Amino acid sequence: MRALSKLSRFGAALALLAGSARAQDVAITGGRVFTVSGATIDNATVLIQNGRITAVGTNVAIPAGVQRIDAAGKWVTPGLVVGGTEIGLQEIGAIGSTNDQSATGKDQIAASFQPWLGLNTASVLIAPGRKEGVTTVGIAPQGGLVAGQLGVIDLVPGHTSDMLRKPAAAMVAQLSSPRGGGAASRGELIARLKELLDDTKSYARRRADYERAQARPFIARQSDLEAMIPVVEGRMPLIIDADNADDIEAALSIAKEYKLRLAISGGAEAWKVADRLAAAGVPVFTGAMNNIPASFAQLGQRQENAGLLRKAGVSVSLIGNAGGGDEEAFNIRNIKQEAGNAIAYGMTWNDALRAVTLAPATFLGVSDRIGSIENGKDGNVVMWSGDPFEFSTRAEHVFIKGREYSEKTRQDMLAERYRTLPPSYYKP
Amino acid sequence: MSKLALALALTACASTAQTAQQPVPAQPSTTAPATTTPAPAPRAGAGAGAFSMPNADPFPSTYLPFPSRTTVIRNVTILTAAGPRITNGSILLRDGKIAEVGQTVSAPADAVVIDGQGKYVTPGIVDTHSHIGGSAAPGDRGAQTDDVNEATNPVTANVWVEHSVWPQDPQLPRDLAGGVTTIQVLPGSANLIGGRSVVMKLVPARSAQAMKFPGAKYGLKMACGENPKRVYSGRGPSTRMGNVAGYRTAWIQAEGYRRRWDNWLAGDRKGDPPGRDLGLETLAEVLRGNILVHNHCYRADEMMQMIDISKEFGYKIRSFHHGVEAYKIADVLAREGISGSLWADWGAFKLEAADAIRENIALVHNAGARAIVHSDDPSGSQRLNQEAAKAMAAGRAIGIDISEDDAIKWLTINPAWALGLDDRIGSLERGKNADVVLWDKDPFSVYARPEKVWIDGAVIFDRLDPKQQWRTDFEMGFVPDTRGGNR
Repeated sequence: MRALSKLSRFGAALALLAGSARAQDVAITGGRVFTVSGATIDNATVLIQNGRITAVGTNVAIPAGVQRIDAAGKWVTPGLVVGGTEIGLQEIGAIGSTNDQSATGKDQIAASFQPWLGLNTASVLIAPGRKEGVTTVGIAPQGGLVAGQLGVIDLVPGHTSDMLRKPAAAMVAQLSSPRGGGAASRGELIARLKELLDDTKSYARRRADYERAQARPFIARQSDLEAMIPVVEGRMPLIIDADNADDIEAALSIAKEYKLRLAISGGAEAWKVADRLAAAGVPVFTGAMNNIPASFAQLGQRQENAGLLRKAGVSVSLIGNAGGGDEEAFNIRNIKQEAGNAIAYGMTWNDALRAVTLAPATFLGVSDRIGSIENGKDGNVVMWSGDPFEFSTRAEHVFIKGREYSEKTRQDMLAERYRTLPPSYYKP
Repeated sequence: MSKLALALALTACASTAQTAQQPVPAQPSTTAPATTTPAPAPRAGAGAGAFSMPNADPFPSTYLPFPSRTTVIRNVTILTAAGPRITNGSILLRDGKIAEVGQTVSAPADAVVIDGQGKYVTPGIVDTHSHIGGSAAPGDRGAQTDDVNEATNPVTANVWVEHSVWPQDPQLPRDLAGGVTTIQVLPGSANLIGGRSVVMKLVPARSAQAMKFPGAKYGLKMACGENPKRVYSGRGPSTRMGNVAGYRTAWIQAEGYRRRWDNWLAGDRKGDPPGRDLGLETLAEVLRGNILVHNHCYRADEMMQMIDISKEFGYKIRSFHHGVEAYKIADVLAREGISGSLWADWGAFKLEAADAIRENIALVHNAGARAIVHSDDPSGSQRLNQEAAKAMAAGRAIGIDISEDDAIKWLTINPAWALGLDDRIGSLERGKNADVVLWDKDPFSVYARPEKVWIDGAVIFDRLDPKQQWRTDFEMGFVPDTRGGNR
């Protein structure tokens, strides 16, 4: 509890600071506006003032002095949201000093780990994502049975206080790798997670005894038990990484027994238990570009997964999981490709857009501010030259909290330097 | 939220030990007169005193084309990779070959006729950088399916990756369903010299030999930079200069070996021949121009050094693989006639990949070098068309005028050239092998999927017909049968 209250104060302070970036007032006029939360409106205007969306529709009065951007023939969507990334936590994979996504923890439990405390706000991977329309991401801890807490950041320049939208948005655990979770078998891994949940409840009831050293030993450190309390009280969602359909079912049972707010990530075989996930109201974070039985836990992996889940009524959020291309950091922009592939393999276009905007925003508890284009929401808006999921489409204007960003990326600078050979080393 | 993609894809190359081999063109090397592989000397069979000859073909291809029917696809957009697209065109496949392609073709009475309204036809995709079969799925610890890095010695020119290829790898039919018809399977990049590659057709088979592309040259995999020096940091090489010394030492040995054998073969062939050395045999064949060099190399400066090494010993680098900094020396690649087998957008997984830019392929193309979209990944290989679309869009965004007719070459005729097969595959021209993909939409759209795939004129994949969807032995029982998908 001590650790948590510290965290809450920290979070509140950050939230206040985050509002300080100067926004401009802008009207994006005449575009095809995908509100996500409501109807798609043709020839519509989105008015953004003081960082917030103040009007959406075909009959919006644009105050004098507001910058106008002609969106005729363009598509306008909420800024894209990727629920699970390692942006700012991993700069160069092989260089350990630039990897800050994991905690040592104790016995593979690191619930108190808050990776945004070590956020690299100077990461050169932020701007390329933003340039291609990704405005908000979850930054997820990695490793262990309980990896730690997921934070939500906006992809804006600045420091942690400018970027952090919501700390402690979810707890991250896994039922996909027994060894990684300090167990010798899948059954033991499940038992360890249940033991942690039991001990957290016991600890919460007997904190005073614990402080007097009159409680039995618990499976986790005090700081981690503290961090788990909001999870067992249903105040903080728990994301469990699981692929095998049986492991997903185990997660559903645990969530029911302990009354947890659960989501599944990975979920290679989630389609096999889609009806159960739907009945339990458990969302799934998964990708749409993986169909390889890469392990015995993923034998049923298929590209139709996301579409089948959605068809069964499951809330689906798309994340990158195709493997080699590092969609967690360098290529978060490829979330658009995931969406396109989800559509090619059975998801509706509107559901795919939702899966990269409102669906993750809702699960992560930030849909009051982002994820759709609605009056009063933050001005996280992108104007595209066409269908955002097509490769030929460009994000022409990207706004976060009403401010437009168009900075050159490190990749842009390199391309510019070597556009003509031999290069000049005295230019950019 | 954890990295699920772990084991499989990455063990082969990119992060653990990627190697890229470049095939050496079949041209004479510059320092040594070109000779063809020596004709086998008299051979005593299995009797006393028998000896095997170097450079024979001990694991010959047993591939036979699948049964095919004369087929016409008409009313379709054809990206030929040999010129401008043909809209509302037709193509005739007969006897395993492309018999006609054009606005109209003759339609034999017995032909299967497919209406391609709204659809696209391209050559089969050729992936120069695959580990499928060699680094197979599933990749669980204990599955022992990761067989591409013989990481026991920095120079293992003696290994042949075909001896690691498992024809029941479930990644094979998935690659085919992505429109890929020919792959080069490479050893990994743990080693300076990783061994021989093999070029394969994506067809069901009981043996690797039955997948081997008849008559295809072998490749040699070499690797620069971080992977070898990391893998061998304890015993060496542990530095980039150690890497270079390692290549040069190997080539010096190969020169001597080649000379001893060539002299012996040119002489009276009496007495004992020089002792055989599997690794040096392979390297000598590179020096003779019979094996193509595929060189995994990320950084521009290291590629420049590899080019100098190739000149010192008189071999050609056929393709730099990965080459995330190829754009920095695109002019040199064009001048030297070296192709670039490149990713659309992988980068930052290690420092030597940190300067990756999405414009890489377009800039290499624009400089006049042969640009190739490669995968090094069983997942990415299934969507090479999408990778090409990204690279094309990135090029256009900085003002490079690239047409789809250009970009299709990155997937077809250019990789075919890198494998020395551009006279047989890689474009839709009369007389070439009928390796063909029918796409349900423009293949540069994210929504496009291959609908049918032909290899040597035989339908080998049909998305609309579950009976034409190859299922490996491994999959039966283990993997849910979802053929036919959700449509």
